[in-house]
Amino acid sequence: MSEVKALTGNKCAALGAALCRPDLSAAYPITPQSSVVEQLADMVYSGELDARMVQVESEHSAMSVVQGAAAAGGRVFTATSAQGLALMFEPYFRMSTLRLPMVMAIATREMTSPETIWSGQQDAMSVREAGWIQCFCETNQEILDMILQGYMLTEDPRVLIPVNVCYDGFYSSHLVERVEIPSQAEADAFLPPYSLPAKLDPRTPQALDPMTPGELLMKYRRDHLESMRAALAVIDEVDAKFAAAFGRSYGGCVESYRMEGADLAIVTLGSACGAARDLVDELRAAGVRLGLVKLRFTRPFPAERVKEALAGVKGFAVVDRSVSFGWDAGPMYVETCAALGESLAGKAHFSAIGGLGGADISMAHLRETALRLAGLAAPGRAETLWLMD
Amino acid sequence: MQEIRLHGRGGQGLVKASHLVVKTAVETGHYGQFIPFFGVERKGSPVFGFLRLGEEPIRRRTQVYEPDLLVVLDETLLALPATCAGLKPGGTVIVNSTRAPSELSLPPQTGRAVAVDATGIAQREIGRSIPNTAMLGALARVTGLVDAERLFANIAAEFGENNRAAALAAYGAVRM
Repeated sequence: MSEVKALTGNKCAALGAALCRPDLSAAYPITPQSSVVEQLADMVYSGELDARMVQVESEHSAMSVVQGAAAAGGRVFTATSAQGLALMFEPYFRMSTLRLPMVMAIATREMTSPETIWSGQQDAMSVREAGWIQCFCETNQEILDMILQGYMLTEDPRVLIPVNVCYDGFYSSHLVERVEIPSQAEADAFLPPYSLPAKLDPRTPQALDPMTPGELLMKYRRDHLESMRAALAVIDEVDAKFAAAFGRSYGGCVESYRMEGADLAIVTLGSACGAARDLVDELRAAGVRLGLVKLRFTRPFPAERVKEALAGVKGFAVVDRSVSFGWDAGPMYVETCAALGESLAGKAHFSAIGGLGGADISMAHLRETALRLAGLAAPGRAETLWLMD
Repeated sequence: MQEIRLHGRGGQGLVKASHLVVKTAVETGHYGQFIPFFGVERKGSPVFGFLRLGEEPIRRRTQVYEPDLLVVLDETLLALPATCAGLKPGGTVIVNSTRAPSELSLPPQTGRAVAVDATGIAQREIGRSIPNTAMLGALARVTGLVDAERLFANIAAEFGENNRAAALAAYGAVRM
C-alpha cells in the first residue's frame, strides 16, 4: 500500500529513484539539488537501498561514472543543478548520443553571474539541444511519479534516450507538501527489471564509440531525432499505464486546465502552474474565459498538442522562467509560436518573463499577465512583459 | 487556507520547525505547504519561510505577501520593514520576546499580538537557546490550526522529550 508523507521535492526525487531499484548512482552536491543525493547516499549506507553509491570529485566525473555503468547495462541515476550541469556538459552530450537510458533530476537554478543559488530554468533551458528528453514538474508528487515514468520512458526500445526530470529550485526542491509514496511492490509491478540489448562486458571486450564518418554520424543523428519524435506517443502511453497503476494521470506531454470554451490562455511550465490554476479559477469566476496550458515536456516539444490546445483562443501569453538571448522573449514563447505556425495569425500573444534568481512568479504577476492579455485589442505580438515588482 | 510567514535567523530552527507543522497537518488529514527562503547557510543571517495550512489541496507555490499570521523568532527582526509587511488587517503576530506585546513595535493593523519568551523556555527546558520548538507550542495555542497533541508527539520524535517540554511550556505560557 502507498504511504502518505510530507516531503520536499528533493526527497521525492530520491525516493522515486530508490523505488526504481537503481544499480548505481554517482553524484556531486550542489544547491539546490544536494539533498537528493544525500538522501540516496543515506539509503545506500543504511542498507535500505541495494545500490552502489560512488563519491566523485566533480559533476564531470559523476556523469562519466554513471555513463560507464549504463553502458555495462546498469540502471543509473544522478541529479544536478546550474553550474554542476555546466561542469557535466561534455559527458552529458555523450550520454544521449550514445543512446544510453538514464534518469537525471535537475533542481533548476539560474546560472551565475551574478552569483545566485536560487531558481530559474536557465540551466535546463540551455541544454535543450543536447538530445535529452526534458520534462518539467509542477508538484512534489509529480516529481516522484515522473522519476518512475522516466525510467519506463527512457528504457523503452523505441526511445533509448536519457530523461531529465526538472523542477524549480526552492519552489519545489525545498517545498514540503503531502505526497503519496508507492510501495516497493507497486513500483516493481509498474517498472519491470531492465536489460540493455547490447552492453559492455569485460569478459568479451569491445570498443565503444569509435571515430565515425559523417555519413554514418548523420544516420545516428537522424535516428536519434526520429526516436525523439516517437517518444511523444510513448510519453502519453506511459502516462496512461501510470494512471492505470496509481490512479494519477498528468495528461502526457501537455495538460490543459479549464481550456473548454477559453478565449485566453496562459502557457507555462513547472511550479508556476499551481498559481496559474488558482488564477484561472479566480478569473473564470469573474467572467474572464481564461485557461491554462501546462507544458510538461520541452524535449521533444509537443508541437501538435500545443497547437490543438490553443486552437480556440483569441490570445495567449507564455510565462517563462528563463530568457532566450536570441529573441526578446522567453524560450518557451518562441517555441510555442513556432508550434502554432500559420495558426498564430489572428491571435494576440506575448512573452512574459519572471522568476529568475529566486524571484517569485506571484499571483499578482500572473493576474497582471492575464489582464493585459484580456485588454489586447488587436491580434499580433505585444511587447515582452517582465514580471517585476 | 491560512497563510503564515515566519521570520528568524539561521540556527534558530525555523525550517525544521515548519516541516513538523506540515507533517502534522498531513498526518491528520489536512493540507500543508512550507517554502523556506535562505541564502548560503550562515548562523545569524535572516531566514524566512512561507507556511500554508488548509482543508483543500494547496496549489499556489508562491511567496506569502499578505499573511494571516506572522511568527517572529527574533524580536530584533521587527526593526526590518519586510518582517511585518503585508500583515492582513486584524492579523496575528507571535513574537519571541520577554517584553509585553504592548511594548513591541507592531504594525497598526495587528489584531492580536502574542509575546512568548521562547528563548528563555528553550534555555530552561533544553539547555540551549534554540527557540523553534517553544514557538511551535505558542503557534499551536494561538492558531488551533494544527492538532497540538500530534504536533508535540512529532516534536518529541524529532528533537527529543526536552523539546516537547519546551513546546508544552510555551503552550501553557501564552495567555489568550
